[in-house]
Amino acid sequence: MSHAIRFNLNGNPVSLPAGNNRTLLWALRTDTGVTGPKYGCGEGLCGACTVLVDGKPVRSCSFPLNDVVGKNVTTIEGLAKKGVLHPLQQAFIDHGAFQCGYCTSGMLLTAYALLQENPHPSRDDIVTGLDHNLCRCGAHQRIVAAVQTAARQAGGRP
Amino acid sequence: MTQIVEPNRRDLFKIAGGGVVIFFGLKPLAEAVAQDWPRYPSDFHAYLAIGADGRVTVFSGKIEMGQGVLTSQAQMAAEELGVPLSSVDMVLGDTARCPWDMGTFGSLTTRMFGPHLRTAAAMARGVLLELAATRLDAPVNRLRAKDGVIAVIGAPGRMVSYAALSRQARIARGLDKAPPLHTPSEFTVMGRSAKRLDGVEKVTGAAKYAADIRLPGMLYARILRPPQHDATLKRVDTAAAEKLAGIVVVHKKDLIAVLHADPEVASVALSRIVTEWDQPASTLDQDTIFAHIEAAAKDVQVLQSKGDVTRTRAARAFDVTFHKGYVAHAPIEPHAALAEVKGGHATIWASTQTPFPTRDEIARALNFKPEAVRVITPYVGGGFGGKSRSIQAIEAARLAQVTGKPVQVEWTRADEFYNDTFDPAAVVKIRSGLTDANRIAYWDYEVFAAGGRAAEIFYDIPNLRVRSAGGMSYEGAAARKGLHPFGVGPWRAPGANMNIFAVESQIDTLAAAAHADPMAFRMAHLSDPRMRRVLRSCADAFGWKPAAGPSGRGVGMALSSDAGSYVATMAEVKVDKQSGKVHVERITCAIDMGVVVNPEGARMQTEGCLTMGLGYTFAEELRFKGGRILDSNFDTYHLPRFSSLPKMIETVLVKNDALAPQGCGEPAITTTGAVIANAVFDACGARLTRLPMTPERVRAALLAQGT
Repeated sequence: MSHAIRFNLNGNPVSLPAGNNRTLLWALRTDTGVTGPKYGCGEGLCGACTVLVDGKPVRSCSFPLNDVVGKNVTTIEGLAKKGVLHPLQQAFIDHGAFQCGYCTSGMLLTAYALLQENPHPSRDDIVTGLDHNLCRCGAHQRIVAAVQTAARQAGGRP
Repeated sequence: MTQIVEPNRRDLFKIAGGGVVIFFGLKPLAEAVAQDWPRYPSDFHAYLAIGADGRVTVFSGKIEMGQGVLTSQAQMAAEELGVPLSSVDMVLGDTARCPWDMGTFGSLTTRMFGPHLRTAAAMARGVLLELAATRLDAPVNRLRAKDGVIAVIGAPGRMVSYAALSRQARIARGLDKAPPLHTPSEFTVMGRSAKRLDGVEKVTGAAKYAADIRLPGMLYARILRPPQHDATLKRVDTAAAEKLAGIVVVHKKDLIAVLHADPEVASVALSRIVTEWDQPASTLDQDTIFAHIEAAAKDVQVLQSKGDVTRTRAARAFDVTFHKGYVAHAPIEPHAALAEVKGGHATIWASTQTPFPTRDEIARALNFKPEAVRVITPYVGGGFGGKSRSIQAIEAARLAQVTGKPVQVEWTRADEFYNDTFDPAAVVKIRSGLTDANRIAYWDYEVFAAGGRAAEIFYDIPNLRVRSAGGMSYEGAAARKGLHPFGVGPWRAPGANMNIFAVESQIDTLAAAAHADPMAFRMAHLSDPRMRRVLRSCADAFGWKPAAGPSGRGVGMALSSDAGSYVATMAEVKVDKQSGKVHVERITCAIDMGVVVNPEGARMQTEGCLTMGLGYTFAEELRFKGGRILDSNFDTYHLPRFSSLPKMIETVLVKNDALAPQGCGEPAITTTGAVIANAVFDACGARLTRLPMTPERVRAALLAQGT
């Protein structure tokens, strides 16, 4: 109950109280000051809470805090390095690939993981890869275009 | 009569932090306000402040929920003030710092508040010019203001910056007469696409929403919801919940909540509350609701009347009834608020479209004066009308008052579906007829429960009657009573989605009966040059080729006039006759919204409208049994997603610089249902009269017409 869960959060070591069946989303949002991952549905259906655990996208609202012991957790706050936006972030700005911004961190991290796996995705690959992230504002076609642009700019390097 | 009471200027200096403070709401503005919107008060002033560093802070009671008004309002202020967009900072939706505002809805920010903001900025420029005239010893008419600097025309070097003028002294003054606003040919900031000012914050996670605000010692609340809207609590036992360490239980009449420093513990506590409810049975559901609405919708209003529709003069009659179910707002950000009540004051960070009315409501709930309540609106994660009511802010404020601690209320997704004020289910009945010459002879239209927005006909029809029964259903208790089994409210272009679906579907039916090309048939009944031009622009961009429907090509069109803007939309679909699935290949939308403040922003809104519209067109329909909401998450309530959308949604901004900026956040969405229904008809001859057009309903329509 009182033991600590240690992991790296955006490159920095953190230690959070384990609690009873804590989930990663609420532990991050309550204890670390990281609020980029959002609550949207609580059941892994919308993707607003997406973070990377050892580079893989997970739905943090349904991901046990216990399972990140010793791992690297990346939230949207960790995507820009030393104040320089990741090409995906820049492409989202250039394409206007968001409106309210609430789904954006989940979209970006899902797209980031997609490009890690598949640096030259087709349009269909992007659509399939992002299909379980919901956006209510209707920025979809701009999100697809932004991911395509970022993939092109990276020249295959994620 | 407009009475003008000036604010306490010392207070304003305190808030704005010195420099030149420009008041508006002085005479010229007050007159404009009274003319436009009598409810807009003239006893307080919207204002902007120019800091000693030359940065400009604009204060607006509007809120940013994705629609881009953070940026477009900055553009309007920068344009009229004569400063670069990059030097403008925005403060939105803070009741302690911003001018009163009714709320952010109705596509009103640009067309209603915009002129006042622009006038204020122009007045500020006027004041600065007067100050510069003294400083530079030159008459105002020899001065030019540009990029935050005022220079004497033809005298290089004789100049002074806004920053220097504002360092000079604390000066507060108004003008009796507003300088003229810039015309489109003079624009340097408006009318040009600007990158969103919220971009970096939103892609880095720095953007704060209401649930992201943290205060020391705060508690997270989970609130007990009844199983259905008409349920009565018979018994409640919170003993098991109270056993959890650190839990706080609040039981105040209608508000039963558990609070904890860890939101997950609060959720566990909620699950341990034992309840018994009285749950009345009901036969109302998403299929039986329509007959009920037709019977229960009272207060018939005649919106349009011409000639005589009681006698059928036409050769052929076409009478059709249209239906649409309840639709959820479903913003990805649920309603959220953080409240702190101490020292007789309350501060609430709220996800709301209506900071000022919400402040007043909170004040009543806490028994505070409105001045003792401050509502701050951080970024809002989507609203679409659903955050016009902000019950969660009242819940948070009450719980903070009771517990003496800061309290966050963030609705769960199930809370959101339960408490949503849905777009009402609605019925439209149309009696219409064609003459032998294939002209529309008469049009008798009655809408039940959706309200009259966009119901009025812009076609030339000699005999015409348009009626609305049951009002907009959220207008007043009388209309609402007994009409719906749960709360309904404004949903992006309230009522207009249903009305345009019905009107434009029926126009298409008449065109097909006349064996006419849908565009030619519409043109033959349209004399409004603005609408004709929008339709032509859309057809050119889409590549419309005339043919009578159903042509088998799967193309359709729909027109709309809403929020001051004119819209023509065309779409191409493919229908799988076996499964009934419809895939949209492409959509082109032409929109005339008068002067466009931010063209790229306008395109984003239009695309967003059409994308969201495909939700209510194909899948979104709340399932319920009486007051019990059966959908509680996105596993059964389906929003549009990447794979369900067309590859291309193209927006054509039809230039109309002679007209002041009109609404942009809603007009395009009104065309979605009809444009798809008409394209489906063109593809396969099946006429869908109920939204959403699920695959089952498409199949049923195909069977009904024997294909």
